[in-house]
Amino acid sequence: MSPREETPMHAEINAGSARRMNFARLASMREAGLIVIILALCVAMTFASPHFLTWGNLRAMMMGFSIEGIVVVGMTILLIVGGIDLSVGSVVCFSMVISGALFLAGLDPWTASLIGIAASALIGAIMGFFVTAVGLSHFITSLAAMVIVRGLCLIITKGTPLSLFSLPDSFKAIGQGSFHNIPYVILIFLVVVVVFDLLLRRATAFRKVFYTGSNQKAAQFSGIKTNQVKFWVTVLCSGLAGFAGVIYMARFGAATPTFGAGMELNIIAAAVIGGASLNGGSGTIFGAILGMALLSVVTSSLILLDVSVYWQEMIKGCILLAAVSIDHFLHRKKS
Amino acid sequence: MTQAPILEIRGVSKTFGPVKALSDVRFELRRGEIHALCGENGAGKSTLMNILAGVLQPSEGEILLDGERVTIASPAAAQRLGIGLVHQEIALCPDATVAENIYMAAINTRRAPLMNFQKLYVEAQKVMDQLAPIPVRTKVADLSISNQQLVEIAKALTLDCKVLMLDEPTAALTESEAQRLFSIVRGLQQRGISVVYISHRMAEIFSLCDRVTVFRDGQYVATDRIADVSPDDVVRKMVGREITQLYPDKLTGAPGRALLSVKGLSDSDCFSNVDLELRTGEILGIGGLIGAGRSEIAQTICGLRPATAGQVEIDGKPKRIRNYSDAVKAGLVYLSEDRKASGVFLDMPISANISALDLKKVTSLGMLNRRAEDRQANELTKRLGVRMSGIGAAVSTLSGGNQQKVAIAKQLSVDPRVILMDEPTRGIDVGAKVEIHRLLRQLASNGVGIVVISSELPELIGLCDRVMVVREGRIAGELSADALGEEAIMRLASGVQDPSNSKQQAAHVA
Repeated sequence: MSPREETPMHAEINAGSARRMNFARLASMREAGLIVIILALCVAMTFASPHFLTWGNLRAMMMGFSIEGIVVVGMTILLIVGGIDLSVGSVVCFSMVISGALFLAGLDPWTASLIGIAASALIGAIMGFFVTAVGLSHFITSLAAMVIVRGLCLIITKGTPLSLFSLPDSFKAIGQGSFHNIPYVILIFLVVVVVFDLLLRRATAFRKVFYTGSNQKAAQFSGIKTNQVKFWVTVLCSGLAGFAGVIYMARFGAATPTFGAGMELNIIAAAVIGGASLNGGSGTIFGAILGMALLSVVTSSLILLDVSVYWQEMIKGCILLAAVSIDHFLHRKKS
Repeated sequence: MTQAPILEIRGVSKTFGPVKALSDVRFELRRGEIHALCGENGAGKSTLMNILAGVLQPSEGEILLDGERVTIASPAAAQRLGIGLVHQEIALCPDATVAENIYMAAINTRRAPLMNFQKLYVEAQKVMDQLAPIPVRTKVADLSISNQQLVEIAKALTLDCKVLMLDEPTAALTESEAQRLFSIVRGLQQRGISVVYISHRMAEIFSLCDRVTVFRDGQYVATDRIADVSPDDVVRKMVGREITQLYPDKLTGAPGRALLSVKGLSDSDCFSNVDLELRTGEILGIGGLIGAGRSEIAQTICGLRPATAGQVEIDGKPKRIRNYSDAVKAGLVYLSEDRKASGVFLDMPISANISALDLKKVTSLGMLNRRAEDRQANELTKRLGVRMSGIGAAVSTLSGGNQQKVAIAKQLSVDPRVILMDEPTRGIDVGAKVEIHRLLRQLASNGVGIVVISSELPELIGLCDRVMVVREGRIAGELSADALGEEAIMRLASGVQDPSNSKQQAAHVA
């Protein structure tokens, strides 16, 4: 085509880019904004409730979002590649149930846990197969997996919780012990976050995740095997969910077949609040963890303020809606 | 002819910002005629069609329908006036039935709250049967492309149109399907419908149409009776512009050894038995109409699409290319024609865009070496003269020309032997265009093989040392530097073989 008919589009590109530069600044402001909101909430809560700023409460909050935070890491990377995983709650439970059942069958808990994590990763591999080889969407595939895996948990446990009080103390320490008064759970969480944040920013393999999520066609035209990238990220997300499941098992000393139901919504909400785009191509682990922290502070505040459980759900839903609206607004402007 | 024309356009102009897509054009469609509208890509045909279909509003000028002045404010208004447009691209709902698609526009204006499906099917079948016996309860997705095209036409017919505009209706059809379409169009003509027929194919125009109007660069050139002109005249009128000296000097002397040679390349649906040879120092052009298979050939050479037969040699050595990574390793890179959709990562930094093709080069121990990545980006952007705020800026912040330079920088980052460029200057302003052309010439003289696919004839002629023309998936011919000309290319591309026997051939096709 000749330049004559193209030039108006051209002008649009330029106008769009100026706008987008502002949004880039806005996106980095999102993390700063989240920190401000979280701190403001904390300050307000300190005045509102004497129980908020106690070591016990903070520790409980941190413990609470630490294990979910590990799942958020995987979910964020999956969102960046343009996918989504609704099955993480079921997979967390699946990992607990498999490891627990194997332990009760006589296996040592460490081996049992490794098998539990591997089985979770296998669920991810099966989903990855359906997404890349069959060509289904992540949404539908993981929706099906969510239900199927939950069913597996119920089948394995015959519907009753597995009691795992006989787990050795050395294993339970992962979930219950502390190092210099800092729970191992929080330390593990921090290591996972730091490692994956670094990898996501620096590792070549993870750069391909951004390329694929940003523009799959252009990534293919750059020789990136986008299906492979999507497959392995799906496996990683499920694997991290399985890892979280094992920690939950160590913490609770039990494996309940209904555990983790609805967790996926919290996880996705956290990642999206933290700036991950459901259209792929953008997101940071730091932001997602801040999103998680915000949801956690809100939940904790609502409990301390004695707000009814029913209201809690509604308020969390509204926060999610607001965050997704912002996401949509940013991306509508883009295209 | 004393009767007023059914449709008349007087002094219509259309500007997009500072750009004039149409300036002061006229067009006259007589009652019951088939009138061809010709012009190169970008001549303004589509703009005029969109104005008549109510999609665009003219900046100036008037439209007369049946002698009365009309304003076509929206596609719905065009439908009410009896103007139907069949787009070049099929725009049907694939999951709905033929009947639902045919009556889509009518359903849209209906007031009744419920659908009367029985009546819908009966009525739709009546309309469809005028064209071809396609069962209207079939889903559109289950139809062949040519039948989908007929559904598009049926859709226009339900609007009881007086004027039917067909935009390259045979682009997706085989020869026999096209013949069937021609007899249908003649049938419509006999029913008193006036037809505007847009096509690049001279043979079709000369066998089907009564008159032909030519546009060039958004301006009206001429209207002639088909009986009074030859295909050659029409082609000459379409391209008859002066070529300004915007292009770098061509290769002097003979090209060197063979760099890339392709033999007998075929794929399953788009093209077959393509031979191609590129020598060092020369720029090889590939011309042809949109949809002729040019991009598909280039993408298949680079392993982006599967080939069913053929072999590729680089520097005389046969290479097995199963995917794009193989091609890049062999030194073959492809620059996509659709920069925004598949060429660059708009939201990502310039440096990350440039390194995307060969990440290994900037990786040590699995981690990205940011310093190496930045160094490479700085070198290449400097060499190509990319105007930017810095290599960390998102590509979306650049102008089209600079975005394209980043895309080219990405290709150069792997030190390729051969670059296949698909529309390298599409949508780029003239200044950047000249720079890119100079760059390509410079690369060619440094021994990098350059293949340029272009829809712009002046670009092919001005830039390339040799041009191959593709028509309907086959190499229609090759033009050396001294034989290069817009008419020669158009003749090969549209299938008019030689001025002397073109009439004869046109008659033969009919």
